[in-house]
Amino acid sequence: MDTFLQQIFNGLTLGSIYALVALGYTMVYGIMGLVNFAHGEVVMIGALTALAVIKPLAAAGLPGPLAVLGGIAVAIPVAMLLGFCIERIAYRPLRNAPRLAPLITAIGVSIVLQQLAMIIWGRNYHSFPPLMPATVREFGGAQITDLQIIIVIVAGAMMVGLLLLVNVTRLGRAMRATAENPQIAGLMGVDANRIISLTFVIGSALAAVAGVMVAANYGIAHYNMGFILGLKAFTAAVLGGIGNLAGAMLGGILLGIIESLGAGYIGDLTGGFMGSDYQDVFAFFVLIVVLIFRPSGLMGEKVSERA
Amino acid sequence: MLEVINLEVYYGGIAAVKGISFAVEKGEMVALIGANGAGKTSTLKALARMLPSAGSIRFCGEEIAAVPSHRLIGQGLGMVPEGRGVFARLSVAENLAMGAYSRRGDAQIDGDLARVYEMLPRLKERNKQLAGTLSGGEQQMLALGRALLGRPSFLLLDEPSMGLAPLMVQKVFETIQAVAASGVTILLVEQNAKLALETASRGYVMEGGRITLADSAANLLADPRVRQAYLGE
Ligand SMILES: Nc1ncnc2c1ncn2[C@@H]1O[C@H](COP(=O)(O)OP(=O)(O)OP(=O)(O)O)[C@@H](O)[C@H]1O
Ligand SMILES: [Mg+2]
Repeated sequence: MDTFLQQIFNGLTLGSIYALVALGYTMVYGIMGLVNFAHGEVVMIGALTALAVIKPLAAAGLPGPLAVLGGIAVAIPVAMLLGFCIERIAYRPLRNAPRLAPLITAIGVSIVLQQLAMIIWGRNYHSFPPLMPATVREFGGAQITDLQIIIVIVAGAMMVGLLLLVNVTRLGRAMRATAENPQIAGLMGVDANRIISLTFVIGSALAAVAGVMVAANYGIAHYNMGFILGLKAFTAAVLGGIGNLAGAMLGGILLGIIESLGAGYIGDLTGGFMGSDYQDVFAFFVLIVVLIFRPSGLMGEKVSERA
Repeated sequence: MLEVINLEVYYGGIAAVKGISFAVEKGEMVALIGANGAGKTSTLKALARMLPSAGSIRFCGEEIAAVPSHRLIGQGLGMVPEGRGVFARLSVAENLAMGAYSRRGDAQIDGDLARVYEMLPRLKERNKQLAGTLSGGEQQMLALGRALLGRPSFLLLDEPSMGLAPLMVQKVFETIQAVAASGVTILLVEQNAKLALETASRGYVMEGGRITLADSAANLLADPRVRQAYLGE
């Protein structure tokens, strides 16, 4: 088996998911200069909500992929509503507060959502039923499943859709104008509050889909899956240059690949001293290196001051 | 058309505008002049509801002190902010499209855009260029064109001559006069008092947050206090 190619495939899958989540961080940061640390919990709620729908649907005899689609169809609006409420309740009242304040409420929201999920879904790991096609295909000595291919294609399509929305449509233009200067966009008739709400809602929709992908990919979901995932996606956003959409996509994919390669080779490199369970270390190593050597990220602009 | 009574603007506890009252009639061009820090920009920002303020602001007979900023363009109140405020990372064409944002579905936008391009041909040549890469004068033109695409009946202009070479200033003011001639009411803030008073029909002089003089532009130009303080004599 070709370890290198195998880890590239795995990394691409993982990276597509990170990219979807990283987009949520970067969109919010781009528009209001805020790191929404509760975003990872939206991913988690999305995954668990979808699962709660998928299980009965599958039990009722619906074909696997349809049951999963049904779960996603419910998880997306739930996550959107959640994102909307998070902004309204936790961030809007602090719009003009010092920067530390919304950061602290973000952590508070994270804790509340985790506890809420624990109350609803319990502390247990929920297994994601193997409903998606798991056919294994061989490519150059490495294996890739249909599920992985689906994840990469769906994530790619969503990213293209987002880029089109932001770069081509009237709404996207208003989003970019608001990100640059909300007061002046206001003079043109743009309601900045509406744009900010929409940004949270769109990011949350992506997060819900990403949540289902993670759960399907690893086969499990649980109430604290959002924390590490959120941190990694945030790392991906910083790696790409926070505030930059294409950067978040690139950062996500790169981080996924770095992590997978790292996990694949760390055993050999350390003579078996460290195993692939050290996978998570790589993300944070990347975060530290980026923050030291290129804090503006790969595609970020040098000056990241808000106008 | 615009009637302001006892307008006050505070930054923290410090008053920048200390209870001014003035009016602008439909079809007029009125100048508001004053030294650095007199409170001109604060006044305009309060009128555009970009800053909280006390006092009454009546626009077309309606109190707008409680109207959020983004609703004003729909009522006909447009503004070219100090320092132009073009969206640097949007193209010229996108900036202009933002100007027409409030007119969703209006079939006349294309015609208005063609007119702006005709009046400001530089913008047409450079319509794909990012606004941040335009020269200062071109940015001022863009800010003006963008504001016009909102179809304002009343336009607030904050120092359109700032930082421009004399030739460019002349060009900008010719454009402003053309806009006024097309029936748009204008409140013009300028540090270049001579130019402002030569262009406007009436003027107010602001000092330390208060209006200290109000008269026809011709009288102000002849007033020894104005000549000494603002025309360098
Ligand atoms: N954001 C702010 N915070 C605190 N004080 C401010 C702020 N903006 C303006 N001021 C103060 O309010 C007063 C009026 O400022 P304003 O910008 O309205 O003056 P201006 O007449 O437009 O001056 P200029 O000709 O230099 O543009 C000044 O003393 C200024 O220092
Ligand atoms: Mg000013």
